Amino acid sequence: MKALLRAGVTFAGLLLAWAALVRWAELPHYILPGPERVAARLWSDRALLADHALLTLAEVMLGLILGTVCGVLAALALMASRTARRWLLPLLLVSQAVPVFAIAPLLVLWLGYGMASKVAMATLIIFFPVTAAFYDGLRRTDPGWLDLARTMGASPWTLLRHIRGPAALPALGAGLRVAAAVAPIGAVVGEWVGSSAGLGYLMLHATARIQTDLTFAALFLLALLAVALWLAVDFLLRRALPWLPDTHGFEG
Amino acid sequence: MPPGADPLSPPSPAIQIRQARLELGGRLLFDRLALDVPAGRFCCLLGPSGVGKTTLLRLVAGLTPVQGQTSISANDGQPLTGRIAWMGQQDLLLPWASVLDNVMIGIRLRGSRPDSAARERALGLLHQVGLADRAGDRPATLSGGMRQRAALARTLFEDRPIVLMDEPFSALDALTRLRLGEMAARLLAGRTVLMVTHDPMEALRLGHQVLVMTGLPASLSAPITPPDAPPRPPDLPELLHLQGRLLAELGREVGP
Repeated sequence: MKALLRAGVTFAGLLLAWAALVRWAELPHYILPGPERVAARLWSDRALLADHALLTLAEVMLGLILGTVCGVLAALALMASRTARRWLLPLLLVSQAVPVFAIAPLLVLWLGYGMASKVAMATLIIFFPVTAAFYDGLRRTDPGWLDLARTMGASPWTLLRHIRGPAALPALGAGLRVAAAVAPIGAVVGEWVGSSAGLGYLMLHATARIQTDLTFAALFLLALLAVALWLAVDFLLRRALPWLPDTHGFEG
Repeated sequence: MPPGADPLSPPSPAIQIRQARLELGGRLLFDRLALDVPAGRFCCLLGPSGVGKTTLLRLVAGLTPVQGQTSISANDGQPLTGRIAWMGQQDLLLPWASVLDNVMIGIRLRGSRPDSAARERALGLLHQVGLADRAGDRPATLSGGMRQRAALARTLFEDRPIVLMDEPFSALDALTRLRLGEMAARLLAGRTVLMVTHDPMEALRLGHQVLVMTGLPASLSAPITPPDAPPRPPDLPELLHLQGRLLAELGREVGP
């Protein structure tokens, strides 16, 4: 509660500074609109903004789910098979050298202007952090537990199911937090490159028409969406892993 | 018959180690080492740190691959695999599972689910180690001594004729350690136990036999057999005398 209050105070302070800057520097509203203009726009165009925000949210959520599933499966494959490690791991590392933004136009070319290319973008951008985090967690099982499991006659599957897997969940959680933070970036970049809907599209469209207040309104919603997503993931992770001592969270 | 053991479980075998050789990172830790752990007895292996006690224990447990001519066998001719329970330096409790589930983890690791009989047996063992009321709690809520008692219950739950322990109480304070040692000696009576420790007094109180491992490559002393049956009271004058002897033996190798 206190943390919420602090965040609110900080936010209000920033808004005040913003309003003061606009007033004193006498900036034209198409360069930097004041917060009151953005708020007015947020209200007057609420239906339009909500439509685009919902679409972006859907892209981000789908990308998050798909990217997580693929990342978890890839990490399990890397863990389970030496062959997979040998062939997949270098590929995975090299793939990280290719900036995901650079292939956005290709994704649009292949998957069209609709949602699919944005979902693919979000999936691609979170696939690596999830895979890397979970695989790392799976590998770093306490050797003492492995010794114990060996003397108890564990099979690779039961070891994964009862020890390696649960022990790697905190690491997977860290990966998911990163994923929740970067997934909106993926979706918005996808929208910038080619689309006819979504907050990213709306921002480009509004900027081109010097409706800077609308750009800011969309940006505000995007930030809100990203924060809400992160908080939701954080909340779910805490619920799912009650045995973890405390993680660096919002409250920390 | 050890308390808590299945009346049908076969008697504990003696362990014979012959020609044990281990080279680790170019260093010959021991060579042609011979060790006998008598059947159903508590045997303590004492030595300065780094001498290879833990490594020897891991060899017996099958956790370190054998080298050279090393032969480790049971005197009844059966293989050792599957007849060993392991207790390490840390309690190794799984933080996400309840104390009860931790005690029964062996069942799950062998691919089946604990039934009500197993649950009852686990609860009985938790009762014996004084943790009956903590069965549903997570390990993080337990003190160090309680955690190690839970680990002891897990070791007993495995119900193996051979128990290998690697400094299981080394992280505990003196008093908790004393009580836990006695508890372990009592509950493990009748099983063949090999316990590594660096505490001479602990070895003398708990062991039917105490062996001292010193040197590089390491050699073993002749077994020392303290009087009476373990667990022995810590103020037995005989033990103090023996402790002096052991300390001298350990100190001679380490130097001033």
